[in-house]
Amino acid sequence: MSRTNESSPLPGSLSVNPILDKWVRLVPGSAGPSSHGVTVSPGKVDIGQGISTALAQIAADELDVSLSRIVMKPAATDTSPNEEMTSSSLSIEHSGIAIRFVCAEIRGTLLQKAAQKLGVSAERLTIEDGTISAEGAGSVTYWDLLEPGLFQRAATAQFRPKAAEEFRLIGTDVPRLDIPAKVTGRPSYVHDMVLPGMLHARVVRPPSYEARLLSIDDEAAVRAMPGLVELVRDGSFLAVVCEREEQAIRAARALRNRAKWDDRTNLPDQGAVYEHLKTLPKTVHVVHEKADEAARAKSVKTLKAAFTKPYIAHASIGPSCAVAVWNDGKPEIWSHSQGIFPLRVDLSKSLRMPEADITVHHAEGAGCYGHNGADDAALDAALVARAVPGRPVKLQWSREDEFQWEPFGPAMSVEVTASIDAGGNIVDWTHELWSNTQSTRPGRQPEGTWLMAGWHLADPLPKPPPRMIPLAGGGGSDRNAVPLYDLPNSKVIHHFITEMPVRVSALRSLGAFANVFAIETFMDELAEAAGVDPVEYRLRHMKDPRARAVIEAAADRAGWTSRKASDGTTGMGIAFAQYKNKQSYCAVVAEVSLEEELRVTRCVAAVEAGLAINPDGIINQTEGGVIQAVSWTLKEAVPFDPSGVRCMTWDDYPILRFDEVPEVDVVLIDRPDQKSLGAGEAAQGPTGAAIANALAHAAGVRVRNLPLTKDQIAKALL
Amino acid sequence: MTDKTLALTVNGSAHTVQCDPDTPLLYILRNDLALKGARYGCGQGQCGACTVLVDGQPVQSCNVPVSDFAGRSITTIEGLGSAEAPHPLQQAFIDEQAAQCGYCVTGIVMSAKALLDRNPKPTRAEITAALRDNLCRCGTHARIIRAVERAAAAMAA
Repeated sequence: MSRTNESSPLPGSLSVNPILDKWVRLVPGSAGPSSHGVTVSPGKVDIGQGISTALAQIAADELDVSLSRIVMKPAATDTSPNEEMTSSSLSIEHSGIAIRFVCAEIRGTLLQKAAQKLGVSAERLTIEDGTISAEGAGSVTYWDLLEPGLFQRAATAQFRPKAAEEFRLIGTDVPRLDIPAKVTGRPSYVHDMVLPGMLHARVVRPPSYEARLLSIDDEAAVRAMPGLVELVRDGSFLAVVCEREEQAIRAARALRNRAKWDDRTNLPDQGAVYEHLKTLPKTVHVVHEKADEAARAKSVKTLKAAFTKPYIAHASIGPSCAVAVWNDGKPEIWSHSQGIFPLRVDLSKSLRMPEADITVHHAEGAGCYGHNGADDAALDAALVARAVPGRPVKLQWSREDEFQWEPFGPAMSVEVTASIDAGGNIVDWTHELWSNTQSTRPGRQPEGTWLMAGWHLADPLPKPPPRMIPLAGGGGSDRNAVPLYDLPNSKVIHHFITEMPVRVSALRSLGAFANVFAIETFMDELAEAAGVDPVEYRLRHMKDPRARAVIEAAADRAGWTSRKASDGTTGMGIAFAQYKNKQSYCAVVAEVSLEEELRVTRCVAAVEAGLAINPDGIINQTEGGVIQAVSWTLKEAVPFDPSGVRCMTWDDYPILRFDEVPEVDVVLIDRPDQKSLGAGEAAQGPTGAAIANALAHAAGVRVRNLPLTKDQIAKALL
Repeated sequence: MTDKTLALTVNGSAHTVQCDPDTPLLYILRNDLALKGARYGCGQGQCGACTVLVDGQPVQSCNVPVSDFAGRSITTIEGLGSAEAPHPLQQAFIDEQAAQCGYCVTGIVMSAKALLDRNPKPTRAEITAALRDNLCRCGTHARIIRAVERAAAAMAA
C-alpha cells in the first residue's frame, strides 16, 4: 500500500468538498456482477468540451474498473459537490485531481478490506475490473465489500493516485461518451427536455438596454390569442406562456408590437468606442512591475504601438434555454449554466427566497465559450413558471434575444512600448490596457444581481459594482498581459473601466486574446527592428524549456525554415503564449493569403498541457480554439450605434464558414511527468497574433485593430 | 389561422398532425413527433441546425410552414441510424470524433447526406460548398470535413 506522507491541504476541489461519496459511489446492480456500476458526480459540467469523458476515464483508471461501468451524473445543487464555475480551463485541475484522489482512496480502502476478508496480505492482491483476487485465496468484488456509510467520510488524500506508468486509460484517446447520441439526434440538451404537461414560453425584451415598459396597447387582445395560458408582466419583464411553442412565438410577436417603451439608451458611437471608453470612470492599477535600471540604460531604440479589440459575441449556435417548474412554492430549474451553485445565489436574490428552496440541475446546452445568456434564461424560466404553478415551462430565447442581450466579450485597447539595446535585445517593456471587467457572472457579489431580468422587475435589484479578477487568480483584462519572455524591465498598467455602456462578461480566454495579440505582434515588430527571424527572436528571449519546445515544434511542423520572402500575397507568422502564464503552452504558425479578403489557409498549433488525460480531447479543443480564433480575428465585431446593439441575425454577425476554414494541424507534446493543465483556451491568443504576423509578412503592413477585415487592411495600406 | 389536419411522411412512416398550417415544420417534428434531432438555432433559415431532407434535398425546417410538406417525403437524422446501429455517415463522425458540443452536428450530417446521395465522391471543395449554410461555433469544421471524406470512402467500398 503506497501512501503519501505529508498532510497538506486536500487537492483540487476536494479541499472544499471532502466527502468521498459525494464524488463517487459504487452502485450494486440487480443482475449480478456485470451489472455493478460506479456513479461519478462532478460539480463541473459539460459545455461542449467533453470534460465528462475525461473525468470518466480518470475514475475508471484510478478505480481499476472498466469504463463501461462508469455513469457520469449531471450536476445538481441538491446532490453534487459545489465546484462553482466550469470556467478558466480548470476542470481537469480542480475536478480531475479530486476524482483521482477520491478513487485512489476508495480503491485503497477496499484493498485493505479485501485483504482481511481473503486472509492474505494486500501486496498479494490484484484488481481486475473491480474484482480483487489473490492466487489460491479466492476473490471478492468492490460491491461485495460495501458497508453502509463506508465512504460517507472526508477524504484523507493518504492514498497515492497511480503513477504515469500504471495508467491504463489516462493518456489514451478514449472516444467521447456522448458523441454517438449526439450524431444520431438523441435528446441531449435542455432544449430537448420534455416534462409531462410542459408549456412553452418566450420573453419579450425591451428594445434596448435602458428601455422601460410604459404600457401595452390592448393586452387583452394578446391574452385572447390561441393557446395563451399566461401573460407575465412584472415591471419591464414581459413573457408569454402557451400550450404550444409556435403559439408562444406568435403571442410574443404580438405582445412586442403592442408594447410601448421609454427608451433612454445612449450608447457610444461604434467608430469612436475605444476613445469613449477611456473617458469613462476607471481605476488604475500597476499589476506587474520588474525593474533593472542598468539594463534600461542600454536602450538605443524605442518602439510603441496601439492595438484594439472589439466587443465579440459568444454566438452559441443554440440560443439560451431553460426549463422550470414550481411545486409547493419551490422552483426546480434545468439550466445549461456554467455554474449552477453561483446561479442559485442570484436566483435566490431575484426570486426573494432562500437558496435551500431552489434546486438547479445542469442540463447541456450548445457550446457557450463563456458567460452567455444561459443564466439569464434560467431566471426568466423561473419567473414565468412561478405564474403557472405545477406546470413545467420551457423558456427558449430567440436568436435575436441572444444576439441582443448576451453579455459580450469586452472591447479592449492596449498600448505597448518597448526598447531594445544595440544587440537587438529587449531591455524595457510597458504594457498598458483599458477595459471593462471580464466577468459579470452571477454568484460572487454581495449586493444586487448580474441576472438581467432582476434589473427589469417592478421591484428591481441593482447591478453590482464590477469586480476585477486578480492577476494571481489568472487575471481578467490583464490575463496574459505580463510577457512570459525574460525581460529585465517590464510593467503592466491596467485601466479598469467601471462604467459599462455595453453589457459584458467572460468570453473564452478573457483579456488574453487582446493581450497576446498585442504582445506577440509587437514581438515581431521588435524582431524586425533588430533584424532577427521571429522564431529565433522569441527563443532568444525565452528560457522556459517547455515554452521553447512548443515554439520549436510549431515552427518545425510548419516548415518555418523554408518560409519564403514576402511576395505581397502569401505569408507565414508565428505567435506563442502560455495560457495565464501558468496553464497550457501553445504556439501557432498561421499561413495567409491576401485576396479580396484576408484568408487563413493553414494553421499549425503545438500544445503542451502536462500529462494529457485524453490526447484527442486536447487536440479537438485546440483545433476548435484555432478555428474560432481565426473567425474572431478575420470577421467578428458586435455592431451597435447610439440607439442600441444592432445585432439580430447571423447576417449582422458573420462567423467563419466551412469554405473559409483553414487546414489545421495540431502537434501535442505529452509530458506524463508534469501535472495536467487546462487546455481549452490556450490557442485563442496565439492564433490571432500569428495571423496578423502572417499578414505583415505577406503584405508588409501592420494591422493593429481587430478584426482584420479588408477595410482595416486597406486603411493600414494607405 | 385555424388548425387543420395534415398528413406527413417522416422517415418512411405516415403521421397525422392537428395544427396551424403556418407552423414551421421544425416545431411539428420536435414537439408533435418527438424527433429532437433537428434543432432550433435561428428561426431564420440561416444556421442549418434544423436541416432535414425533403425528397432528398436539404431544407432548413425552422422557417417553412408545415403545410408545404404534406405528401412529401421527410427524412430527419433519426431516419438515418441509431447510436446502436449508426448510418455510415454517423459512424464516420464517431470515428473522427467530429463534434464538440454537437448542437450543429445533426444538421451537418443531413446536409452531408444530401451531398453524398447526389455526389458519392465529392472533392474537399465540394464538401465545404455543400456545408456552407451550416454554421459551427466550436470550430469542429476540420474534423467534420474529414468525417464526410471518410464516409464517402466507406460508402464507396
